[in-house]
Amino acid sequence: MLEIIRVRKLWKGEQIVDEDSKKSNMSRRKFIRNSSYAAGGLIGGGIIGSLIGTNYFNDTEQPSTRSSKESNFNRALMFFTRQSDFQILSAATERIYPKDDQGPGAIELGVPYFIDHELAGAYGHNEREYMKGPFLEGTEYQGYQTPLKRHAVFMTGIRALESESKSAYDASFVDLEGEQQDKILKKFENDDVKLHKVSSAYFFEMLRSATISGTYADPLYGGNADMDAWKMKNFPGSQMTYLNKIGSEKFIDIKPKSLNDHIS
Amino acid sequence: MAKKLDKVEAVTVGVGWAGGIIAAELAKAGVKVVGLERGNDRSTEDFQMVHDEYRYAIRYELMQDLSKETITFRNKPGEKALPMRQFGAFLIGTGVGGAGAHWNGDTWFFSPYDFEIKTMTDKKYGKNKLPKEYTLQDWGITYKELAPYYHQFERMAGTSGELNPLRPERTEKYPTPPMKDTPILKSYMDAANRLGLHPFRQPSANISEVYKNPDGETLNQCQYCGFCEKFGCEYGAKSSPNVTVVPTALKTGNFDLRTHANVTGIIHDGNKATGVRYVDTQTGEEFDQPADIVVLTSYTLNNTRLLLQSELGRPYDPKTGTGVIGKNYCYQITAVATGFFKDRFNAAMGAGALGTTLDDYNNDNFDHSDLDFIHGGSITMKQLGKRPINENGAPSGTPRWGKEFKKESIKWFNRSIPVTSQGASMPHKNNYLSLDPTYKDAYGNPLLRMTYDFTEQDHALYDYITARCADILEEMGAEVVEPKELTDHFDIVPAQNDHITGGVIMGADPETSALNNYLQMWDVDNVFVIGASAFAHNGGYNPTGTVGALAYRAAEGILKYRKNKGQLVKRETSNKLV
Repeated sequence: MLEIIRVRKLWKGEQIVDEDSKKSNMSRRKFIRNSSYAAGGLIGGGIIGSLIGTNYFNDTEQPSTRSSKESNFNRALMFFTRQSDFQILSAATERIYPKDDQGPGAIELGVPYFIDHELAGAYGHNEREYMKGPFLEGTEYQGYQTPLKRHAVFMTGIRALESESKSAYDASFVDLEGEQQDKILKKFENDDVKLHKVSSAYFFEMLRSATISGTYADPLYGGNADMDAWKMKNFPGSQMTYLNKIGSEKFIDIKPKSLNDHIS
Repeated sequence: MAKKLDKVEAVTVGVGWAGGIIAAELAKAGVKVVGLERGNDRSTEDFQMVHDEYRYAIRYELMQDLSKETITFRNKPGEKALPMRQFGAFLIGTGVGGAGAHWNGDTWFFSPYDFEIKTMTDKKYGKNKLPKEYTLQDWGITYKELAPYYHQFERMAGTSGELNPLRPERTEKYPTPPMKDTPILKSYMDAANRLGLHPFRQPSANISEVYKNPDGETLNQCQYCGFCEKFGCEYGAKSSPNVTVVPTALKTGNFDLRTHANVTGIIHDGNKATGVRYVDTQTGEEFDQPADIVVLTSYTLNNTRLLLQSELGRPYDPKTGTGVIGKNYCYQITAVATGFFKDRFNAAMGAGALGTTLDDYNNDNFDHSDLDFIHGGSITMKQLGKRPINENGAPSGTPRWGKEFKKESIKWFNRSIPVTSQGASMPHKNNYLSLDPTYKDAYGNPLLRMTYDFTEQDHALYDYITARCADILEEMGAEVVEPKELTDHFDIVPAQNDHITGGVIMGADPETSALNNYLQMWDVDNVFVIGASAFAHNGGYNPTGTVGALAYRAAEGILKYRKNKGQLVKRETSNKLV
């Protein structure tokens, strides 16, 4: 019970800053305890196996400056089964919304996790869209018709990004230079890549819109970490009232609020 | 087998503005009414988590579940219609309150010209102003006859606004004063005045001050939080059926609201309806609800589909021009130009109907003698409250993704705003609604098929009005002004406008219209069909005010019918089609 309360508290925006070091220690202890447990039974395979050699164990004495990240249990995979697919997706979203001198890009904002989580749910499974056949090709005004659900379109597209990369540069998409990645993404955008039962342009549009959604959606969905995307855009998020501000001649820079602020 | 329920006096199919108004007016008069709503119940309390652009504006939380039913679409007869698999061009609401829960709140009344458009156009411009393929006709009612019902709707809704200098026929003030002024709207008003135009603060259902309506319901003051369109109001400050007519109806004890009740057909015995059949969407059970009076109060599309599916009324045939159900399907022509300004303004602050409008290019307020279109559109700048997922506009030539995209879309977020028009849409013989021969809904019934394309009239109107939108932005001193182009043909994908009308139109002649001016079916005395489906064309304003007025008029008609039975309006049949 105690554990749950502490974790909940850590998710509460501003309190985190004050309790930064405390929290870091706690989550680190918890992580080690959990991993020892897992390691006892499963070392050599699965998650723990794949973590060896990564930097997960190298941050022992370095309290992070970005407080919410370390305890962000939300950042794990719900839909993708291969981390390699997820990394290709991540690299692609970062080209669509890159880190620059204004602030973080898609990866730092958590957009790839947003997309992974959305693909596991109603969005990925087109639960509220008409998916009955027959699926026929129409005119350019009738909307795209594909029997593939979004999760399948993403998988098809991501694997194709990788195979295009291998055939053009003999390297994985994630290892390419940014401009090379852009060239491949443009081929998809221009519909120059042939995919099974879906057009590459349709996949690209979906990738683009999902990236923008994850960037700017309320942080409750796993992207827009620390509301940083809103801060870059000077968007105040979820404010209860502008009644006394809307008449202002001057632009008012307001510290953003998220839906988390409205949970009582 | 469907379970047969006890008979009631009246049943409404759908509980949005139309269903709510009918329920309130009938229940207050002592009539037992059942309201069948396919979606779930909603109140202000349901909107505590509503400031969520992704959930409501991207994933369309308040809209129809398309996995259950959608429409099929084609541009012209002869093409194979295909399903609208996800939302795009327009949205369709669902749930208690319907579109009245998620609307922006623009509360307009159509012009005298709209109701007598055929007569007035012929008189001023001659009989051939539009080619004969345009099935233009009068509405069977005049503005003067409908005006009292407009005011009744506004008093119930608490509408905020000020008088329009170009609509002198109206002298009655709005129930509440106009909304707050803002610097960008003031700049629009000043620019329009310098151009010799006649701007005014538009009528709004985002209420400017606390208001108690004649039914005793209280509306709160708008907080300008910027979440109206596609959202519900967490303050109860936007007039919606949920905070007005639905509670009014429930208080009487005469209104039985049933949610998750999806009506699949009107049961009838010849030319008399005997009730409706519905499915409980949660259990799949079927029910027959017998009723003396059946009132269709769902969205434009479903009003039409239910009649076609139930084989009630005469389906329209574009080849012969005969029949009426499905006829005169119209849209709204959304002319738009965007201005990009040097200085930032508080773009995130706003309200759905916080705007300044001018009518100089609407109705027949300007001379069309040398123009190849009739009518026009209201031209408005609205400060809606910008949201970051949907608003990534930048001057054209900016890439759609990558470094430049990020930089430019961030730069312009608080520096750009559109001027838009609700352009009128004239009926054309090939724009119509019918049943699809191939695709079915979740209950095995045929989907509605929409056959629609932009006409030459639409293109001419669009280009002319868009140029006027751009004129004002230039006068305002925008750095960049970008008029948007209309696609060659209507495209079901990009978001355009939710104001779709026609299919079950009103008129004076049973040969060319489905309803009389009480919205009673000419062919079936005890069926009333209320909604924008009754519009004989779409005017140059948002439609809800007119839907509300027609609903109050229909409510009066239903109460009359209850006493006297039979047709409420004398037929004016033309000889040509008998």
